[in-house]
Amino acid sequence: MIVAVASGKGGTGKTTVTASLAAVWDQPVTGVDLDVEEPNLHLFLHPAMAGCEPAYLPVPVVDEARCTYCGACSELCRFKAISVMGQLLLTFPEMCHGCGGCLAVCPEQAIAPGKRELGEISWGRAGAAGFLSGRLRISEAMSPPLMRLVKARLQQMLAAGGGDAIIDAPPGVSCPAVNAVLDSDVILLVTEPTPFGFYDFQLAWEAFSPLGKPLGAVVNRAGLGNDAIYQFCREKGVPVLAEIPYDRAIAEAYARGLIIAGISGRLQETFISLRDRVRHLANSKAPRQAAHA
Amino acid sequence: MSKIAVTSEGPSLDDQIDPRFGRAAGFVVVDLESMGTQYLDNGGSQVLAQGAGIQAAELIARAGVSCLLTGFVGPKAFRVLAAAGIKVAQNLEGLTVRQAVERFKSGQVEMAQAANRAGR
Repeated sequence: MIVAVASGKGGTGKTTVTASLAAVWDQPVTGVDLDVEEPNLHLFLHPAMAGCEPAYLPVPVVDEARCTYCGACSELCRFKAISVMGQLLLTFPEMCHGCGGCLAVCPEQAIAPGKRELGEISWGRAGAAGFLSGRLRISEAMSPPLMRLVKARLQQMLAAGGGDAIIDAPPGVSCPAVNAVLDSDVILLVTEPTPFGFYDFQLAWEAFSPLGKPLGAVVNRAGLGNDAIYQFCREKGVPVLAEIPYDRAIAEAYARGLIIAGISGRLQETFISLRDRVRHLANSKAPRQAAHA
Repeated sequence: MSKIAVTSEGPSLDDQIDPRFGRAAGFVVVDLESMGTQYLDNGGSQVLAQGAGIQAAELIARAGVSCLLTGFVGPKAFRVLAAAGIKVAQNLEGLTVRQAVERFKSGQVEMAQAANRAGR
């Protein structure tokens, strides 16, 4: 089972929830940091790293001796990564999304896959849990290609060792966030009951509910703000699976890099209960009807 | 016959220069001898998520112009324009197309050696 912890608004507690959930998980589990633009799960899980390798995207390298300047590649590319004007051919590897279309469409087989470094993938163990993380190269603009490679490695790890995975997703509701939840069996939306939290929670619900996956909410900083989120969840049939209180002791533990499930018996119970409810939700038959169906 | 392209907010010589190159509304292509004009709409580049400058450069290269008058050009567009042998004059925003062309004909515009905007 893959659990994706997402949010909409940033800073609502995705990493806090991911780390605590991994800590109370009673089956083999891997904690995965898919927030590759600013990975921070390691700051809480303190993994012993076992390996790290660079990740690459295939980008076009043209053998101009074979090129007839027919322009088929340039016409196909949606991202202007390859340009043919008359007898002139230019490539812009930094614009390439790595779809491989130019290689496939070239009638002369004049294009070979080169590589652009996307960042690095690292892995290790955090106590009983496995750990996997991606880190985007500074100045690299696209995170989904690296995220796909991290997810491919996760599939290899799960195929070899079994167990579950908990994914710390990036914030927002655009391509990276959708990419992070796409292969999950259940989505947890971490939010806070502030106007900003509520607004982005609605956006996240709109973005993720069409995926037709079981979806539950975790309200962090409960006690702040108003009850708009609870009302919205009732209307949309989104179960509120846990509430984490608005408490200075939690902020202090977070600032020290502690896993908050470990700082009090009550919080441990909160996350054990969340774990059981997530599992129950993931196994519930009849996922929500896709909104666009 | 020598043709130049000018980024423009509209189709005529009396429209304002569009300061942007890649996402310009369009290009007034001017035949310097006859002062006859042709308008190239650039809407197809304006809607691209990325690569607008590259596509705009392809568009005017295909129109066979030798020079571009505009406001700002980014590094990728500049690379295409240079490869296509199109000279670039920048920082001409605030003028009409006609004023820019006249300034060019009287030799008062300077040709750029590099892009004057950071890329994205």
